[in-house]
Amino acid sequence: MLTKRIIACLDVDGGRVVKGVQFVSLRDAGDPAELAKAHAASGADEIVLLDISAAHQHRATLLDTVRRTAAQLFIPFTVGGGIRSLEDAAAVFSAGADKISINSAALANPVLITQIAERFGSQAVVVAIDAKRGKDGSGWEAFTHGGRTTSGRDAVEWAREAESRGAGEILLTSMDRDGTGSGFDCELTRAVADSVRIPVIASGGAGGAQHFAEVFCNGHADAALAASIFHYGFSHLADLKKELAAQQIPVRWPC
Amino acid sequence: MIAIVDYGAGNLTSVKKALDQMGYECAITSDPSQVARAEKIVLPGVGHFASTEALSRSGLRDAITDAIVRGVPFLGICVGMQWMFERSQESPETPGLGLFRGECERFPASVKSPHVGWNDLQIDSSSRLFRGVQPSSFVYFTHSFRAPVAEATTACCEYGGRFSAAVERDHLFGVQFHPEKSGDAGLKMLSNFCVL
Repeated sequence: MLTKRIIACLDVDGGRVVKGVQFVSLRDAGDPAELAKAHAASGADEIVLLDISAAHQHRATLLDTVRRTAAQLFIPFTVGGGIRSLEDAAAVFSAGADKISINSAALANPVLITQIAERFGSQAVVVAIDAKRGKDGSGWEAFTHGGRTTSGRDAVEWAREAESRGAGEILLTSMDRDGTGSGFDCELTRAVADSVRIPVIASGGAGGAQHFAEVFCNGHADAALAASIFHYGFSHLADLKKELAAQQIPVRWPC
Repeated sequence: MIAIVDYGAGNLTSVKKALDQMGYECAITSDPSQVARAEKIVLPGVGHFASTEALSRSGLRDAITDAIVRGVPFLGICVGMQWMFERSQESPETPGLGLFRGECERFPASVKSPHVGWNDLQIDSSSRLFRGVQPSSFVYFTHSFRAPVAEATTACCEYGGRFSAAVERDHLFGVQFHPEKSGDAGLKMLSNFCVL
């Protein structure tokens, strides 16, 4: 049976992981390459590396980080942040990424989705959507630039367009829930997941194993992303998978 | 030397990285003469079935066919495996190699497509590729078309019905999933191929 994926996300700035994750066995807990390897060993189904560096001069550092991380990683590896052109994407693929994630650039220039998909295949293109519930409480709007700028686009409608332009997956973050630990936004996730045929990765709001179970069962998510699993009271990503397996959620366990 | 055939489709570095990591000498090449000299051939591929037409235009198809006749071990991955069948509904006018009988088809409308993620296998224990691999291992898939279950099928997968996750006959091997992205189980399969 196709399993629900648990994706570990590393937020990286200037080549260092910025959100605290404490693997006691690591020599350097801020090194993305070591962390990615440790997550893979403890059962992560996939790794997403998100470059949150504001400065563009960090590009060379990012590519070096991607290269070092990919070298020891034998599970799918997605890289996002600051990819604005086909050339940016090509450089990240050539450094060893399997997929790229684009957000602001895709909204500004939707043709970019098709360009990357035609060259590298749809399976390599993840469109990230930062969604926030509308002020009147109906629907969700897509935001850009780390959630600072509204695009004026309906998130569900944008997801459908992204799919039709060649996106292979949607990475859907609830801005309302992000960082709250109060659970994924199942309503938002279901609205998008039921509107597209491509997989939807839920993100934002996880606070415990039950939240993952809910977003898989009620939110119809195909995968869920966790930025720093240790903040959820688990000593190991493996514990989360064990817990989900015990609740009859299909996960890759043991792996 | 193991030749990783480059025909302009998708990302080949992950396969090379996996073989490098395990210490097998390999090279990414689009040169038919280098493919002809290879001790083993890996044909990766993600993307559209029609992309395999580049193999015919470049002379790589002939080099691969000749090598297969000489008994050189061959491993097709993803679209590379589908190409080993007769044809695919994805591009009906593009001929496959016809090493295995049947036609690759789209997933039924009852399931989401593409089939993306980790799914478990039902492995035939007599397979050489799966030697030492747990019989119900999970592997990573990403594809919109699938090969039928055939006589040569050595691993089945279930998603909107059963399909061929792996085929094997003599020195010919094909896998629909990505062993280079399937953790330790996938590396074991690649290693099994490399030591043949």
